[in-house]
Amino acid sequence: MTQLNIELAHAEAGVRAEHSESLTRRSIRRLLRKKIAVACLVVIAVFYTVGAFAPLIAPYGYAEQNLDLSFNGPSLHHPFGTDRNGRDSLSRIILAARTTVVVTLATVATGMVLLPVSLGMLAGYRGGFVDAAINRTGEILSSMPGLPMLLLISATMRPRFVGWVKDFEGKIDVHWWRWLANFTGLCDQSQDATSCHHPLTSSGFADYFLIFAVLSLFGWVGGARLVRTQVLTLRRSEFILAAEASGASTRRILFQHILPNIMPIVIVGASAGLGSIAASEIGLTFLGVGIQPPHPSFGALITDGAPRTVLENHPELLLVPAAIVASLIFAFNLLGDALNDVFTSRAN
Amino acid sequence: MDGLAGYILRRLLFLPLTLLVVSFATFYITRWGPGDPVSVYSGQYRDEEAFARVRHRYGLDKPVIEQYGIYVQRLVLHGDFGVSFRFRDRSIPDVIGPKIWVSARLGVYAFILTFLIGIPAGVFAAVKQGSWLDPFVISVFLFFQSIPVLVMVPVLVLVFAAKLHWLPPGGFDGVFSTSMILPTVALSLPGIAGVARLARATTLGTLNEDFVRTARAKGLDEMTIMTRHIARNSLVPVMTTVIGLSLVGLIEGALFTETLLGIPGIGRFMFESVNGRDYNVILAVVLMGTTAFVFANLLVDLALIVIDPRVRAGRGAR
Repeated sequence: MTQLNIELAHAEAGVRAEHSESLTRRSIRRLLRKKIAVACLVVIAVFYTVGAFAPLIAPYGYAEQNLDLSFNGPSLHHPFGTDRNGRDSLSRIILAARTTVVVTLATVATGMVLLPVSLGMLAGYRGGFVDAAINRTGEILSSMPGLPMLLLISATMRPRFVGWVKDFEGKIDVHWWRWLANFTGLCDQSQDATSCHHPLTSSGFADYFLIFAVLSLFGWVGGARLVRTQVLTLRRSEFILAAEASGASTRRILFQHILPNIMPIVIVGASAGLGSIAASEIGLTFLGVGIQPPHPSFGALITDGAPRTVLENHPELLLVPAAIVASLIFAFNLLGDALNDVFTSRAN
Repeated sequence: MDGLAGYILRRLLFLPLTLLVVSFATFYITRWGPGDPVSVYSGQYRDEEAFARVRHRYGLDKPVIEQYGIYVQRLVLHGDFGVSFRFRDRSIPDVIGPKIWVSARLGVYAFILTFLIGIPAGVFAAVKQGSWLDPFVISVFLFFQSIPVLVMVPVLVLVFAAKLHWLPPGGFDGVFSTSMILPTVALSLPGIAGVARLARATTLGTLNEDFVRTARAKGLDEMTIMTRHIARNSLVPVMTTVIGLSLVGLIEGALFTETLLGIPGIGRFMFESVNGRDYNVILAVVLMGTTAFVFANLLVDLALIVIDPRVRAGRGAR
C-alpha cells in the first residue's frame, strides 16, 4: 500500500514537472530517454574529450619519426602500428581528433549558429531591402557547386592567408603572446625549435581558421532560411504583437521573445550539419588544401592509408581511422534525428 | 497554377544574375592565387621576358576587371569559353566534353542503383513499421550515408580488389566493364538513405488510403497491392526529388571517386585544373555546375510543392 502511494506521488510529481519545467529541461529529459541518443552522446563526448586533451593523451608526438620502425604492424608500443615514417598511428589518430574538434566547433558556432541566427532574424524581422539582399546572397551561394568552390577558394586563399597570419605574428612579437603560445601548447620546442617564432602558422591553427572560415561562408544559407521563416511566423503571433503593443524595444523582442523560440530549429540544424562539416574538412585535406603535413587530420590519415601497397600490407592504417570517422558521423546523424524528434514532438 | 508559373519564371530570370556574380567571383578568385598558368606550365624554365610575351598573348597582363569584361563579351556574343592553357590552346568544349560524358554515364549508373535499392528498402521499412526491421533497415543505410565517399572508396578497394580479387582496383576501360562497379557503388551508397526515408514516408502516407483498403477487401494478394497500388503512388514524388538532390551529391562525390580510382571524369579534371591554374576550364566547369544546381534546386522545390500542397499555400500567403 505504501509502495503504491509512493509510486503515485512520484507519478504526480512527474506530471507536475512536465507542466512547470522549462522547454530546455523537458527537451533534455526527452532526449535522455532515447537509448540511441544517449549512446550517440557518449560516442561524441568520448571523441571530443579525447580531441580536447589530445596532446596530454597521445603517447607520442604527431611528427615524432622513427624510420627504423617504418610500417611496423600493431605491437604493444604502437597498438595501431606505425606509418611510412615510423610515426605512431594511435597518436596521429588522437591528435587528428583535435583537428576535427576545433574545426567542427568553430564552424558550428559561426556557420551554423551565429551567422544563420543573426542574418535570419535580420531578414525576417527587418524585411524589405535587407531581407532581399540576404535572400539573394544566400540563393547565389547555394547555387554554386560547393566542393569545387571550396577547393578553389582554399587553394588560392591559403598561401595569402598564411602570409597574413605570419605578418600578424611578426607584429605582435611580445612577451605575453609568447607565454600564451607556450601555455596553450601552440608551440612545442621539443618538436620543432623554430615553431615558437610563428606559433599560429607552424602549429597549423592558421589552416584550421581558413577551413572554418570557408565552410562557414557556404554553410549559413540553409539555417538562415529556416530562421527567417520561423521569425516571419512568430512575428504574427499574439505574444509578439502584445510585446510590440506594450512598447518593448526591438532588441528586447528579438532577444527575449524571438530568439528562445528559434533555438530548437537552430540546434537541430546544427546537429544535422556537424557530420557534413567533419566530412568536408577530411575531403579538403585529402585534396591538399586543408590541414597541411605533418599536422594530423583524418583526411591525411586516410590519404596515407589509401595507396595500393599500404592497403594490401597494412590495412589497419586505413581501417582504424575510417571506422572512427564513420562512427563519429553516424553518431552525429542519429543524434540529429533524435533531436529532430524531440523538438518536433513538442507540438503534440 | 499562376503563382507557380510566376515562381518558376522568377527563378529562371534570376539565373543570368547568379551566373554573372558566380563567374565574377570565380574569375577573381582564380586570378588571385599564387602562380598563374604561364609559370605553372613552364616548369623549370625561367625567362621573365618570354613569360611576359606569353601573358600578353593571352591578355593575362591586363587588369583583372578588363580581362573579365573581355571574357564575358566573348562568352555572350560568341559562346566562346576561351582556350585551355594546359592543353595548348584547345577549345574548352573540346577538352571537357569527353570528361563530362564519362562522369555523366557514371552518375546515371549511380543514380539508377540508388533508386533500385532505395525505393524497395523504403517501401519494405514502411510495411514493417512497428517491428525491429523498420528502424534496422533505415539505420543500415543511414550508416552508409555517414561514411564519406573519400573513406568509402579505399575500404571498398581493400575488400573487393585487394583481398577478394573480385574487382579491378581502379582505372577505366569503358563504361561496360567491371571497373565501373566500384565507383558506381561508392557513389550511390550515400544517397540510398535519403531515397529510402522519402519512399518510407510517402508509402506510410499511401498505406492507409482508401484504395489500398479496397484492394485488400477485394482479396488481391499482398505483392500486387505493394507493386500496383502502393509503390506506384509513392514513386513519382520520390523520383523527382531524388534526381535533384542526388545531382548535388554526385558532383561532389565524383571529385573523390574519380581522383581515387583514376577515372578520367570531370571531377578529377576539375581538381587537376585547379592545381594547374587552368583559368578557363575552372570557370567553364563552375558555370556549368551552377546552372545544373539552379535547375536541380528548382526541380526539388517543384517536387516538394507537388508532394505537399501546404508548401504551395504557404508561398501564396506570403
